[in-house]
Formats: sequence, C-alpha cells, structure tokens
Amino acid sequence: MTANPKDEEMVDAKLKSTGVPSEELLEKFKPPKENREQGPVVMIECFEKIPCDPCNKACKFGAVKPFDDINDLPQVDYDKCTGCGICIGHCPGLAIFVIDENYTEDSSLVMLPYEFLPLPKEGDIVKGLDREGNYVTDATVIKAKESNRKNSNYVVSLEVPKGDAFVVRNFETK
Amino acid sequence: MSREFSDLEINPNELLVSSYVQGEVVVIGGGPAGLSAALSAAREGANVYLLERDDFLGGQLVKQTHMFFGSEKQYASERGVDIKEILEKKVREHDRIKVLTGAAVLGYYENNTLLAEHQDKVIKFKPQRVIVATGAMEKVLNIPNWDLPGVYGAGAVQTLMNVDGIKPGNKVAMVGAGNIGVIVSYQLLQAGVEVVAILEGAKEIGAYLVHASKVRRLGVPIYTSTTVKEAHGKECLEGITTVELDENWNQLEGTEKDYHVDVLCLSVGLSPLTEFLNQAGCAMEYVPELGGFTPARNDRFETSVPGIYVAGDVSGIEEACSAMMEGELTGMYAAQSLGYEDENFWKRANDARAELTALRKGPVGKVIREGQQKLFQKAKCKGVV
Repeated sequence: MTANPKDEEMVDAKLKSTGVPSEELLEKFKPPKENREQGPVVMIECFEKIPCDPCNKACKFGAVKPFDDINDLPQVDYDKCTGCGICIGHCPGLAIFVIDENYTEDSSLVMLPYEFLPLPKEGDIVKGLDREGNYVTDATVIKAKESNRKNSNYVVSLEVPKGDAFVVRNFETK
Repeated sequence: MSREFSDLEINPNELLVSSYVQGEVVVIGGGPAGLSAALSAAREGANVYLLERDDFLGGQLVKQTHMFFGSEKQYASERGVDIKEILEKKVREHDRIKVLTGAAVLGYYENNTLLAEHQDKVIKFKPQRVIVATGAMEKVLNIPNWDLPGVYGAGAVQTLMNVDGIKPGNKVAMVGAGNIGVIVSYQLLQAGVEVVAILEGAKEIGAYLVHASKVRRLGVPIYTSTTVKEAHGKECLEGITTVELDENWNQLEGTEKDYHVDVLCLSVGLSPLTEFLNQAGCAMEYVPELGGFTPARNDRFETSVPGIYVAGDVSGIEEACSAMMEGELTGMYAAQSLGYEDENFWKRANDARAELTALRKGPVGKVIREGQQKLFQKAKCKGVV
C-alpha cells in the first residue's frame, strides 16, 4: 500500500503561515489503516519539496522508495515498513515518526526524534505535547536511546492513550 | 625572488615579507565553499593556498549543530559542525593544500598580487588564480533603539552560544522566520533559553517547513505579517514592541504588543561579502534574489576580472549544500584553466554540475534560479563576462 501524493506539493496555507499542518493535510500522510492494524509503521511528516533524500538511503527494507528527483516528497511502501525506526535517526528535518497504534489494548506507542538534554529514562512519566507544543496527555517513556547513527538524534518511544498516537509529537520532562 | 610557502619564516623585525609567495591557486575563505574549492582544485592537480581570516577553518559550519539536508554527496544527515571536521581533515591531509588560518586578506593589487595579514605581518601572494569564497554578512533592521546592548544579529547569537559557549540572555524575541531565524531559535531552546516568539514580516514562513514545525512543537509561536516596531531599555534591552503589517508591509496601528525580553535577535537576511571583489574591480550587479550586489560571472564561476573566481554565498546567498557544490565546481574550473584536465575531467565536472542543478530544481530553489537568470542576463547585456 502506497500513500503520499508525489507530484503536487502538499504545503497548505496553514502550514506555510504557522508551521503546523492542517488536519486535512495530515490525513493524507497517515499510514493506511490496514498497515496500522498490523503493528508499528512509519509516518513521514514531510510536506514540502526540499532537496533532501537520506530517508531513502536509511531504509534497509526498501520501504522509502528511491527518489527520481531529490526534491520529491518521500514515497512510502507501507507493506515493506517494519516500523524499525532506523530512518528517524537519518531525517535532518526530524520529521519521521513511528506509530504502533495497538501497542496495548488501550494504548499506542509513538517513536519520535529528540535533541534535548537530559534524556529521560525508561519508565519516566513525561508531558506529551502536540504539534503546537501544547500539553495533551501524560506519557510513559518506554525506551530512550541514541539512534544507530553517530552524532544523530535520540529516539524516544512514548506510550500514550490510544487516541493520541497522531497527536503527540514532542514531550517535556516533568 | 620567490620562495616556497613552507620555507616562510616570519622575522619579527620584518614589517613586510618582501618576497612573493608564488602559487597556482589562492582560496580566500575556509567555509564550506572555500574548503570544497581547495579540495577539488588540489584533486585536479593544482597547488593551493587556503587563507582563512579566523583562527580556525569551517566558516559558518562550526556553528551549525543541526543536521544538513541534501544528498550523500553533501554529507546529508551529518551536522554542519561534523561536516567541518570531515572537510578540514581532508584539506589538512592533502599534499597540495597549504592552510593559513588567522590570515586576513587585505586587498588585490596589480600583477595578481594579493596581500594578507598574518601575525602582524603582511605576506604577498602572487597566485595565478584566486577563488573568492568570503561568504556573507548579516543585514540589520533599523528600528528605534536598535543600538541597545541585547540587540544582536542571529549569527552573533550563534557564535556566542556555539563557538564561545556563552548564553546570550534569558528571554529572546527572534525577527525573521527564514532558515537561520528558525534554526537559531531551536538552538537557543536547546541551550535552555526561552524564545517568546518568532516574528516574520512576510505572509509566509521562509524557512524549510520541517524546521518551522520543530520549533512549533516546542511551543514557540511564529507570527507572520508581524515585525518589531521598536526596542526599549535604558542601559540595555528590556523589551520590544511588535506590530502587524498589511500586505504592503505598512504598520497597522492598534496592533502593537509589548514583550519583556533581554535579547532581540535579528535574522533578516544576508548580503554577499564582496569587499575584495569590489576592490579588485570585478563587475557587480544588483540582484535582490541573490542578496544584493553580486559579482557578474560566467558559467565557470569566473568574474569579469580574469583569474578571479567566486563560490558560495559571495556569489549569491543560498545555503551550505549548494555552497559546497559551487566550491567543488569552481575549484575544478580554476584548475582546468591552468591545464589540469585529465580524460575524466569533464565527466566529473558534468556530474557535479548535475548534482548542483538537482539541488536547485525544486520549488525552494526557484528564487535562486530566477536570481541567477537575472544575473547572467545583466552581465551578458553589458558584455562584462
């Protein structure tokens, strides 16, 4: 299953004037439901055509397709995505997240890039923030580690209430 | 009399080193463009002197703690500061490159003579080719009280934080939502400094939107069609007043807001740093898309003064990935003009050019493409290159 329209630029007025994507825009970039139901899967929030292609090189499973033009938006083959999150440590825009919608019966897991200190510890309760930095929910740190790439960002996995997997994109340590 | 650079012993009693340092290529500026130009010129076979005004190489790369875009060729996903280490290592290890840091180039004179000040001495260079990679300088915004301590250019704030390890203040207002304004805001937050707002006079954010989204999810608002009206304070900055702008950038009365901040950070654009080119007599053209007065040049990066080449921001404001590619190409063309042209030269040159063209091909490269077209047209009309 492939998503992410390629030929038209996906930037909308809200994103361009606020830095926050509209709900309609986000909807187009959500992984397909059937892939979400099968386990962790990537969500690349890269809406603007800029000259950048490391996500393609990062994916060992070929889930991020080769770029015809370096300015293209990433094209994901969700059937090949294992949700490993390797690409999170390669995206210079910190725009890649991995979502495991059915982490437990009533919670989801969000893997996100993080570049602040101190790094939280496993089991810590942190404040989950939305795309505008507003508090949404408390979240539990399941994992917080360096990415597999030297001098890259940290990758933090947060357990959040089920409805918040597509809302929480940052956190603040308490 | 000429002598080799390596033999150069500086006599403390000697005010001027009176002999010439002969060289094939002198590169002025050790930023991303200059480092890349030195490397490619040397790779092709030329002997290169790289002169850097600062005591260290890297130019703006030393302050860039964020990961770079682009592709593998431009070290995508590496942080600017790490790219500096990679390029510096290659430059330092190259047999045909000699590096002189703390060397400020003073000017260009008759018979291809170039003077550089180094450790209170003046050294005369007589290169066959000069590659100018001097970068850019920040523009400022003239508002009431803009001379109060606490009003900084974004580059200065970045230098304080990332080079000197000094916290510039506690509460910052940023003017300008271009890449630099947004990136420096992010770095301020990483340093534990509060950023109260990013103001942008235009209707839209100029930065790559992934950078803008990064600061937004940290809770920093970006106000478009808004700018700073004035700064306040007695001995130093204590606050600012902002104002909204209409479509023609007129201030809208009654929309003023006050903020208590101890730092106002201006990130309102860059201009090419062209003093050397002006003094050398290179023809300049005014191209707003490229940051202002920009050297006329041919498609091999040679200016109207034969033997003087340009690369990076001095040839038009852009960003570091394309600066590295321009440096790569300029170094190659300068070397080729000296006769260093093996059988694969044009393949390498064409590959590098294709890479640079690809970087600029998308919507974010539109301004550069248009600016360059204007520059070439103007230069061609006047017959300067």
